[in-house]
Amino acid sequence: MLAMTLETRSWLHALPAGAKMAALALAVVLVLPVTEPAIIAALVAATAALYASLGAVALRRGIRLLRPLWLILAIIMAWHLVLGEARLGLVICLRILALVALANLVTLTTVLDDMMAVLEWLMTPLARAGLRTDRLALVVALAVRAIPALALKAGHLREAWRARSTRRAGVQTAVPLVLIALDDATHVAEALRARGGFSGPARK
Amino acid sequence: MERSVALIALFAALIAVLGLFPSFMLITGVPISAQSLGVMLAGTVLGARRGALAVLLFLLLVALGLPLLAGGRGGLGVFVGPTAGFLFGFPVAAFVAGWITARWRGVDLSIAAGAGALLGGVVVLYAFGVGGMMVFAGLTPLQAITALGAFIPGDIIKAVVAGLITRAIWQARPGAVLSRAR
Repeated sequence: MLAMTLETRSWLHALPAGAKMAALALAVVLVLPVTEPAIIAALVAATAALYASLGAVALRRGIRLLRPLWLILAIIMAWHLVLGEARLGLVICLRILALVALANLVTLTTVLDDMMAVLEWLMTPLARAGLRTDRLALVVALAVRAIPALALKAGHLREAWRARSTRRAGVQTAVPLVLIALDDATHVAEALRARGGFSGPARK
Repeated sequence: MERSVALIALFAALIAVLGLFPSFMLITGVPISAQSLGVMLAGTVLGARRGALAVLLFLLLVALGLPLLAGGRGGLGVFVGPTAGFLFGFPVAAFVAGWITARWRGVDLSIAAGAGALLGGVVVLYAFGVGGMMVFAGLTPLQAITALGAFIPGDIIKAVVAGLITRAIWQARPGAVLSRAR
């Protein structure tokens, strides 16, 4: 139900997740100081070509993911036009477009497990320092599982509200929802303890 | 230990679910989502440290590629966009909200938690949001504040609501409000 990854496999799916993330980080660092519109426009075009190489579905998804940006970009552009800095406005808007589209591309072509693997690798220094990073995978799994469960209960609360009132459900359902989350946490904690809890030695 | 882990996981989920709630409109016509309410509550209910960790876990899920931000946004793209500053400010906002709730004992919990939510979830969060706009959108602080100004009344209301909800939670489950645990 969740996850943004494209179902269709592509050559970008096959690349190691760590390499894609490193390339993205490099792109961010390299692009931020660039002030020449032509260079950034070329980067936008290259990004679009990358999307296109994955097929029409990927291109459409990529464009849809950028939709929340248009309004903000329009405001930024309008602002710079008023100030007579059209060139700077163009640079900024193209830069945002390129970086967000590139980052989305990594997300669209990397499955959750591969992302987790990169995260665990990034945290190996912390693990050496004695931090129990192996627990992170468990906490992530707990939260991922809790979201649909909690969303379902939130839906029930809203339905119950609608049955009683003609007004729209608002913050009134927030208090019971937080209480449900707190009670669920109590049950989860008991279940964790019943299965040995966190007192044991680190898994190898 | 198990209790802390479970609370952090469930509050990360709660912040995600509050983002699914349809956003409500103010008279100004500006849509506001309940997501930042979840961030404030993480701090005022769980306390500074656990609240910040719950928010970090939520952001981690977003970065891993789950579309959990209000409006179904997610992935790595949101962390380099013009509103990325708010995301970086989320954990700090929860920490400040929780810290103030835990420290200010002399008044009604709704006042302390509301003040914490206001300082963390509005003042601190907007400082980060403005900083993000400066870095990623090249705006000056004044321009950024003007652009964001329409959202501030909604967030002030959310902070007041967060204070009232925190007191209601405390009345229903006194032991669960860890920011006030002795």
